[in-house]
Amino acid sequence: MTRRELLKSGFKVISIALAGGFVWKMASKNDYKVFLRPPGALDEAKFSSKCIKCALCVKACPYDTLKLAKFGDNMTVGTPYFTPREIPCYMCEDIPCVPACPTGALDSSLVSKDDKLDANSIRVGVAVVDMQNCVAYWGIQCDACYRACPLLDKAIYLEYKRNDRTAKHAFLLPVVDAAFCTGCGKCEHACITKKAAIFVLPREVALGEVGDNYVKGWEKDGDSKLQNADTSVKLQEKKAINYLNSEEF
Amino acid sequence: MKINIIRRISQVAILLFFILGNLGILPILKGDLSSSMLFGKIPLSDPFAVLQIYLATFSINSVAITGALIIFLVYALVAPRAFCAWVCPINLITDFAYFIRKKLSYSKDRNFLNIPKSFRYYFLALSLILSFVLSMPAFENISFIGVVQRGIIFTNSVAIGVIFAIFVFDTFIVDRGICSRICPLGAFYAVIGKFSLIRVEHIAQNCTKCMDCKVVCPEVDVLKMVGKNDGFVASECISCGRCVDICQHNALNFSIKNNKEG
Repeated sequence: MTRRELLKSGFKVISIALAGGFVWKMASKNDYKVFLRPPGALDEAKFSSKCIKCALCVKACPYDTLKLAKFGDNMTVGTPYFTPREIPCYMCEDIPCVPACPTGALDSSLVSKDDKLDANSIRVGVAVVDMQNCVAYWGIQCDACYRACPLLDKAIYLEYKRNDRTAKHAFLLPVVDAAFCTGCGKCEHACITKKAAIFVLPREVALGEVGDNYVKGWEKDGDSKLQNADTSVKLQEKKAINYLNSEEF
Repeated sequence: MKINIIRRISQVAILLFFILGNLGILPILKGDLSSSMLFGKIPLSDPFAVLQIYLATFSINSVAITGALIIFLVYALVAPRAFCAWVCPINLITDFAYFIRKKLSYSKDRNFLNIPKSFRYYFLALSLILSFVLSMPAFENISFIGVVQRGIIFTNSVAIGVIFAIFVFDTFIVDRGICSRICPLGAFYAVIGKFSLIRVEHIAQNCTKCMDCKVVCPEVDVLKMVGKNDGFVASECISCGRCVDICQHNALNFSIKNNKEG
């Protein structure tokens, strides 16, 4: 083998190994990362199939909030997302990212009220407080997230509680009301702890769901669902006696 | 000037317009090759991507459809696969790979894989069927073209790996594998360019059968009439004009095809 041939096949082998290794690593990458979609995004499955990955929303954002998912980012490549700890959503009144979308993956009707874009109806996620690591829950006074909230006293309110440990101080506990929280992430951005103790999660991740079997008697017409309920109770009269008389007991 | 040089300028200029437009320096093109806004008003969209999204969701905004129609008509009327040779950044990589392949004479090695040229049409059909079945734009989600063009336009470093992988694939594994065997977008543009007007025409009378054109052509099959009879090239031609550049005898030239005469 001549030197030229050796160099040639060496270059070939090294290149194939490098490129193969890169593709392999990307294909087997498995890092867990929660991501938030821009305002007005359809639900995750619909959004990622409707997004054409043009970045027009990214470029429409005046705060550089949105980023495009890179190859190997654990979400559909090229789709927009944001990380509130770095740059939150500033909830612009005209929500410029939404009308920029050419395909309708960002749906303006989801962020509109009376046919007008309304930043308060953005629902990109919901903030969750980690009560173990929030210093306010330790009794240290901090209301950074509360002050940062654009819907102050609605999306985050402070709950006052007596601090029994010191017996002369109060807890000022931040509490999130999911009904108002837009998920903008300004609270997560403002949080003073090393890793934010209040953070935004996608709503379908963070929120529970109650079945419709409960009756809210305190709401108007809350008990209307009882009207057609089957009230005939079938009791098994012998069951308790049989149980007591059985050998097992 | 050589057509090939104009073509390179076009490829780089379009990427440059996108980069500058997205930085807000030159407000001509905003977005990327999947979908963009020309002068902030005219929407342009990749018709193949829009078709996949439509098959996946059965609903799409009129802005994207208008943009897709504009691009569709441009490429359907102008030249076959003009996108591949004049716009697509992958072409820069595969042409470079081809250059290295020839220069270091890797072309004498046997191909690692033998992918038939018709593979891209099956891949195209599969992409469309899977888009419908899986309710997601099947090719768009794995598109190497998307990763590379966004990587260049929005400068992300991960794309360098993909660019390198494409280069390695074309240089060592399959000769002209990506563009003329695999890419379903190229196949899509070949299909819609069936009746496009500007084609390379062969005039047999001038041909000296030197076969220089067949050496440089990236889609040799379209030149099968060279030296035999007059005719226009098929729609697999990427309209790169290399054969026109190299032909010393004026046997190959761009001209307007009259579809009625066949």
